[in-house]
Amino acid sequence: MPGHDAPGASAGPAADGLSAGPAADGVRLDVSDLEVRLGRGHRDSRVYRDGADVVGEVSFAVRAGQVLGLVGESGSGKTTVVLALLGHSRRGLRISAGQVKVDGVDLLRLPPAELRAFRGARVAYVPQDPSAALNPALRVGTQLREAMRVHPGVVDDPEGRILEVLREVHLEASPDLLRRYPHQLSGGQQQRVGLAMAFACRPSLIVLDEPTTGLDVSTQRHVLDTIRSLCRAYGVAAVYVSHDLAVVGGLVSEVAVMYSGRIIEIGPTARVFGDPLHPYTRGLLGAVPSPLMAARLTGIDGQPPRPGRRPAGCSFAPRCGFATDECRSDQPAPVHVDSRAVRCLRVTQVRADAGRAPAAVGGLAASGGETPVLSLRGVSAGYGRKAVLSGIDLDVPAESCVAVVGESGSGKTTLARCIVGLHGNWTGDITFEGAPLAAAARDRPRQVLRRVQYVFQNPYTSLNPRKTVGQIVAQPLEQYLRLRYQERSERAARALADVSLGADFLSRYPDQLSGGERQRVAIARALVVQPDLLICDEVTSALDVSVQAVIVELLRALVAERRIAMIFITHNLALMRSIAQSVAVLRDGAVVESGPVEQVLEHPADPYTIRLMEDVPKLAFPGAS
Amino acid sequence: MAAAAPEVPPGRPAPAGAPASAARAGRHPWLSVLWTAARTPRGAAGLAMAVLVVLVALAGPVFAPHSPNALLTLTFAKPSGQFPLGGDELGRDVLSRLLDGGRLLLFMAAVATAIGIVAGAAAGISAAYLRGAPDGIIMRSVDVILSFPQLVFALLLLSLAGPKSWLIVLAVGVSHAPAVARVIRSATLDVAERDYVKVAELQGMRPVKVMAREILPNLISPLMVEAGLRLTYSIVIMAGLAFLGFGQPPPAANWGTMINENRVGLPLNPWAVIAPAVLIALLTIGTNTFTDAVARVAIGVDRRPEEAALVDELGPEQA
Repeated sequence: MPGHDAPGASAGPAADGLSAGPAADGVRLDVSDLEVRLGRGHRDSRVYRDGADVVGEVSFAVRAGQVLGLVGESGSGKTTVVLALLGHSRRGLRISAGQVKVDGVDLLRLPPAELRAFRGARVAYVPQDPSAALNPALRVGTQLREAMRVHPGVVDDPEGRILEVLREVHLEASPDLLRRYPHQLSGGQQQRVGLAMAFACRPSLIVLDEPTTGLDVSTQRHVLDTIRSLCRAYGVAAVYVSHDLAVVGGLVSEVAVMYSGRIIEIGPTARVFGDPLHPYTRGLLGAVPSPLMAARLTGIDGQPPRPGRRPAGCSFAPRCGFATDECRSDQPAPVHVDSRAVRCLRVTQVRADAGRAPAAVGGLAASGGETPVLSLRGVSAGYGRKAVLSGIDLDVPAESCVAVVGESGSGKTTLARCIVGLHGNWTGDITFEGAPLAAAARDRPRQVLRRVQYVFQNPYTSLNPRKTVGQIVAQPLEQYLRLRYQERSERAARALADVSLGADFLSRYPDQLSGGERQRVAIARALVVQPDLLICDEVTSALDVSVQAVIVELLRALVAERRIAMIFITHNLALMRSIAQSVAVLRDGAVVESGPVEQVLEHPADPYTIRLMEDVPKLAFPGAS
Repeated sequence: MAAAAPEVPPGRPAPAGAPASAARAGRHPWLSVLWTAARTPRGAAGLAMAVLVVLVALAGPVFAPHSPNALLTLTFAKPSGQFPLGGDELGRDVLSRLLDGGRLLLFMAAVATAIGIVAGAAAGISAAYLRGAPDGIIMRSVDVILSFPQLVFALLLLSLAGPKSWLIVLAVGVSHAPAVARVIRSATLDVAERDYVKVAELQGMRPVKVMAREILPNLISPLMVEAGLRLTYSIVIMAGLAFLGFGQPPPAANWGTMINENRVGLPLNPWAVIAPAVLIALLTIGTNTFTDAVARVAIGVDRRPEEAALVDELGPEQA
């Protein structure tokens, strides 16, 4: 059991950085002043001699049986920190300073051979995507045994241990399962195998890098329950990285919020999420949609600075509503307030500013009565012989937003592709403003194509990387409307202004934009031709929660202002609540329940919807008055 | 500042004065790929070798001390002050012939490569994008041509019509096309499934336009690599054809022909064979090394550390 030499004395000084408190007994992981810099010593070192720090001044401690949550937007350095916990740095980076002590042993000072022996046996890693992390050519049993074979002597009875650990992660401990290949398991089962591999050697520290990101809500909930009970049972210290605040809120006892390579707030989860003190933490929490109410989401505009381009003062100052001149010139040191540490010069002012409760969105009455803009009757579709959709009925009233929710594999995207004509192999009737639509896009008149616009899920693949933003937004004007060059340019600039992008974006290329900016460009491209129906397919799933909030609010405003109808496809029940008036719940290619949003979410009738609502992680902490 | 602005001229490389911003020189991403590749040790070495030989070939005729075809010295004369590389089988100056014999070879190789790349890319993109019957017809024809060894295919055409320069170029170019088509087809299969291609289809864009405007610009990297590779093959094949006697008609100098003509005199004046052989070797090794560096940069093995780290960190949450 844990009682190792707790480095209580060495981690004492309060000014050493951000540690939530003095290290007490049972500290299994103690990180102090960790710093990772950009590639000095690389071949290209002529250019990057002075590598900027990617993360720095990172200090925290985790006790046995506890889980520390590490949250932040992409690019905040979360993954860089947790890889450093294994003594690893990615190509082009190197760990330049600090200590990572696991049970008192500093990983970063170990010679390579000892570090290798340490990894897997004492420190384990659970990666984000189990389907990519498991070797598809090896059987599950082989991969589980591998962990123990490379660390002989750590476990007495490897075969017995395998069956034991499989039971612990709630997998059937049978020879049949061990003989299977990863592709014969579901996503949840794959991630359980990943967990079993990590726990097999009974490590002291487990690092979990967004292990539930790709999973459905119900599976996610079960995997999270497993993680929680295992950490407690084994007395391991765990670090859980996630961008999903609701997931972290329900799992971890202590949370660290990262921004631009620094921990800007760390403390007990209930305090940090219940009464956030850093303006950034507040912003993040305000951006999280709730399945319990139709909240107006407040995002954080702008994007975090890149390593080496941080402003002189606080990195968050350019996006912060509380920032003063002092914030822009002085680096904030951690301040210990109310059982946590915060890097903000204006903590007292932020605290005094009573956090506004999320504003409810009013007046979302479904405008019914009129003939629907789009209506589907008995639509079925499939790929080859495999049926994906069966007998879908759906009406989209004018000027309203209909959400289509479902888990992965439920057929949401196929439904959208049938409507826009990308998936030509469907049967049934789809009528748009009373006229039937041809199956495939190439058989539809140009004007019909123009009036139904589609925004793709992933803005990283929906914009041609070889075209400027101006060319991308002007292209539909040329294709649909045959406008002249001058007219196209003017309209494109106006469309960009509508999505809050300046004229200087016209000449940029997509790779110079952030994810949120790219999705704005995609929305501008859809709206520039004044469609009557906009289909948004998981448009925020590739984006950070703060950016997601901005995009959803933008869509809501634009759609209301232009009185166009929208189909909003998502797997996120909470998000849909903030934008849609009615909803259709899709499961295995069939609509299991539909109706007004409040009715379906508050009084779900179908067992499937009831389960979804129970399993969706909710971020509910008292105190954020 | 206008929308759909004409493309920035590609002649503007990444800001040379501020290399740190080269990663952001997104005007033409493939230009920055070339630029980055040229700065890796591998790429720099390859480029230096290739450029040296190209300079010799282009500027050579100006500096040639004698006429390449005049009979000036003894057959296979040893190198001397007046003739640094000695004489050839007819007593012509080896140095002058060497300096004169590269230009046409390189020019023909470049044209043949262009023919091969254009034809191969057109076939490969159409096959992959149109799928179905066109794919079958194009790729099966490709398989048929591929079943002939390249050199045999060229020899077959030349033995039928005789060694004419345009026919050599055409034969070598056509023999490249199938291999290029295969590579470009598989690259296109990936690009054709991207969402921006679907967007163009939803805008009612004609297939030819989709291929030319949406797909082709995204194939620049594989095309550059193919072009480099095919250029070396062209040079080797043409030199080889010349060696076999299917070069330009006799008096004209050509590195390949020189090796053939002078190999009987190898014991007397080895330079008449070694010098052209070294130039051909330098050029093929150089272009291959540089092409290799470009490919490594394009797939990210030798990417700049900052860029690689940021792509990992800032990439899409789910690809």
